[in-house]
Amino acid sequence: MDNLLSIITFIPAVAAGILALFLRGDDAAARNNAKWVALVATATTFLVSIFVLAGFNPADTGFQFVEEYSWILGLKYKMGVDGISVLFVMLTTFLMPITIASCWGVETRVKEYMIAFLLLETLMLGVFCALDLVLFYLFFEAGLIPMFLIIGIWGGKARIYAAFKFFLYTFLGSVLMLVAMIAMYVDAGSTDIPTLLAHNFASETLNIAGFQIVGGMQTLLFLAFFASFAVKMPMWPVHTWLPDAHVQAPTAGSVVLAAILLKMGGYGFLRFSLPMFPIGADLLSPLVLWMSAIAIVYTSLVALAQEDMKKLIAYSSVAHMGYVTMGIFAANQQGVDGAIFQMISHGFISGALFLCVGVIYDRMHTRDIDAYGGLVNRMPAYALIFMFFTMANVGLPGTSGFVGEFLTLMGIFQVNTWVAAVATSGVILSASYGLWLYRRVVFGDLIKESLKSITDMSTRERAIFAPLVAMTLLLGVYPSLVTDIIGPSVTALVTDYHAAIPVAGDAQMAKH
Amino acid sequence: MNPTDFSTVLPEITLALATMAALLGVVYTGKDKLAGTLNWAIAGLFILLAFWIGVGISGERTAFDGMFNDDPFARFAKVTILLSAAAVLIISHDFMIRRGLLRFEYPILVALAVLGMMFMVSAGDLIALYMGLELQSLSLYVVASLRRDSVKSSEAGLKYFVLGSLSSGILLYGASLTYGYAGTTDFAGILSTLSHGEMPLGLMFGLVFLITGLAFKVSAVPFHMWTPDVYEGSPTPVTAFFATAPKVAAMALLARLMYDAFGAIPGQWGQVIAVLSVLSMFVGAIAAIGQRDIKRLMAYSSIAHMGFALIGLASGTVFGVEAMLIYMAIYVSMNIGTFAFILSMEKDGHAVTTIDSLNMLSKKAPLQALAMLVLMFSLAGVPPMLGFFGKFYVLQAAVNAGMTWLAVAGAVASVIGAFYYLRIVFYMYFGKEGDGIDARIGTVQWAALMGSALIMVFGIVNLFGVEGVAQMAAETLVR
Repeated sequence: MDNLLSIITFIPAVAAGILALFLRGDDAAARNNAKWVALVATATTFLVSIFVLAGFNPADTGFQFVEEYSWILGLKYKMGVDGISVLFVMLTTFLMPITIASCWGVETRVKEYMIAFLLLETLMLGVFCALDLVLFYLFFEAGLIPMFLIIGIWGGKARIYAAFKFFLYTFLGSVLMLVAMIAMYVDAGSTDIPTLLAHNFASETLNIAGFQIVGGMQTLLFLAFFASFAVKMPMWPVHTWLPDAHVQAPTAGSVVLAAILLKMGGYGFLRFSLPMFPIGADLLSPLVLWMSAIAIVYTSLVALAQEDMKKLIAYSSVAHMGYVTMGIFAANQQGVDGAIFQMISHGFISGALFLCVGVIYDRMHTRDIDAYGGLVNRMPAYALIFMFFTMANVGLPGTSGFVGEFLTLMGIFQVNTWVAAVATSGVILSASYGLWLYRRVVFGDLIKESLKSITDMSTRERAIFAPLVAMTLLLGVYPSLVTDIIGPSVTALVTDYHAAIPVAGDAQMAKH
Repeated sequence: MNPTDFSTVLPEITLALATMAALLGVVYTGKDKLAGTLNWAIAGLFILLAFWIGVGISGERTAFDGMFNDDPFARFAKVTILLSAAAVLIISHDFMIRRGLLRFEYPILVALAVLGMMFMVSAGDLIALYMGLELQSLSLYVVASLRRDSVKSSEAGLKYFVLGSLSSGILLYGASLTYGYAGTTDFAGILSTLSHGEMPLGLMFGLVFLITGLAFKVSAVPFHMWTPDVYEGSPTPVTAFFATAPKVAAMALLARLMYDAFGAIPGQWGQVIAVLSVLSMFVGAIAAIGQRDIKRLMAYSSIAHMGFALIGLASGTVFGVEAMLIYMAIYVSMNIGTFAFILSMEKDGHAVTTIDSLNMLSKKAPLQALAMLVLMFSLAGVPPMLGFFGKFYVLQAAVNAGMTWLAVAGAVASVIGAFYYLRIVFYMYFGKEGDGIDARIGTVQWAALMGSALIMVFGIVNLFGVEGVAQMAAETLVR
């Protein structure tokens, strides 16, 4: 199976094409067919992707399952995975069937909804598999289109504002990256990612319009990529699009956004920023670390003040992404391991939390925390699941959330104790907003008239949560499942990174 | 005129003779009876000529002592011009009949304008350049006021004429200065004067005036003022024509003049064109935000797109010219589809052009809305549509030539530009339920819309081989 990655990537797109061309009508049967086609396609994708995981050799730190075809302008269609990307592919294929199953209740323009999600899956998988700079950019940017439509068509009241903000914010970040990519192409003569990983970009101090730019080209390229990934991640202070987008997006849109799309930023840092511009990254890493620490504390405090459940979880996502950037830029084995682990685990946990909100939103059509209270009396199963994921989000030992936070904090402690100290306070803050949210929604007396007849979760809803609970627990008690796969690749990344820095440092010393 | 001269300009002569014959034919058979047939016939002729020029001719030839060049660059431009003009004639047929506008003058004037363009892109001499340009412009002034009973259309024609004459005057002034200081109107002669290291100040002025005159024609900022009014006032098929073929011709002519006559001093004109390019991109992007009329919006969109194409020219390299040619080809194919759609916009039988009339089109006509969505994202330069590759080529040309600042400016302008394209998508998909345009669309327009959208999606596989041809064309121009 030489083309395994292409097959995985394009199964959803083919299914979307089939839906677009052959499914006619808008009656109940057609809507049902659309959902089934989407579910079968995403499930097939997941099953096929298991072959990738099974055939993956963690000890090999190079790219595996590589496919390569030439394309226009000396560009290449090149796909492949290594230890860093393979788990993101798995995360995507694992979560998509769950996402599709969660929107079984959607009744408006179902066919288009399913097509949008299927295309989105293709584009997300493409991002994690692409081994050509421009191909990566293609998938990275194109993902904006279906998400723009998902928020804009199926979203809440202020969906148009949110959709535009989402699109333009991320687009601005990305075009600067495009210019940087072109500059890299011109400099290295190739857009092949493995070649670029081996290329040393110039780091001599540049003088542009009277400004001394230490780290030269590497710093500039790093900043351009940073503009894109920091928005995507999102990092404080460019995170403001995320709460709007989350609040307005439909439940399934929020799940994909939080669980997968945000991870592209972190993946980008690991694939490009750190290994390709080590000197630029090293120069700017204190800035990034402090931005992460501020993000953790500040957005946790903001989360405490939210009245809207989705907004609260959105801010909590920003805070958790703060741990990820912190871990990545700690640039040691524990930090980077922890960052990847945190991203995977946040994929399950935040996805599940948005689904939890979706469950009661479907029943009451409001996300106001004040509109709820005492749900435990009528929805015991829901209370249990919501409790589980709240605890996982807080980072309770035994869940995957704990492992990620612990590893990143351990990584950063060796690099910058102060940042570690500030960031650790985020653990307490996340417990306070998480538990407070839980207490206001689930506990207390059931006094609201409208809640008196609310029903507990249906079998379908329970079935959706089951795999997420299983994964969260499994990774919580047996984290080596992840770290064994990513370990060797991360070791190689960290070693190369540190090898690049002192050499350049010496060169600069020699000059002075 | 010797036989070789004759055989070199044979395609042009064929077109000229056919146009004359058509003119005589309609005069003798009486007014507009033949107009419909003529429209198809001329479109067919364009396509045949495009095949002839594109496939049947190779090599480089000159005629009339260097006044006329036939090389891959000219042929690339000619094929693009002919095919886009044919497409415009075909998609406007149905519209013209429904509006009672189909007069025999329309196809004939378009044919004459195309003839002018074919001479423009082949020009090897300032006189030949001016003749081609004026043949084109005079025909265009008349087509702009084709709708004789409409004040707006007459106003558009008049405005275009006055400003166009002004620009022609400026161009002529530049040409005379160039002649005065270089001693010749021949491009090769000017080039050899310059490559001997002489650069009289007067010649510099001549160059700037020439660029100014041509900047009017490509509607580059700050010489763009006529564009929105003329686009809005002219009948929509004419607008579609303005937005495509003449832009390619003027851009190709600008490139030919710069390289063939002033190729020895790329640094001098490169700066001027870079400034025009940045201004066009930003003014086009920002001014379009406030537009409520889709034709005006497309006018500003074309201004912005010309700015991007000029990036390629400004970079002053072979790759830059190649990028410009590819950009123009992609631009034309996007615009044909978009205008096919605009031509079909009707409400209760009346043509409408306001953007908000697109309200919820995605409910009424999902496929049309989807095609427009693809075209809008392509115009905005969002991957994976082909429009992104156009931008990618020109930005790469700029970085390649060490003009990173120009590439950054282009990138920023494309974000601003994305906003108004998105707003069209917003009306089609997120608008309120209500009365919008009818879902009716002519078969031909439907086919053009879908074809254009499919090109935008599937073109990314290999650009339909345009890359190689454009590269060859660019190599013959830049030596």
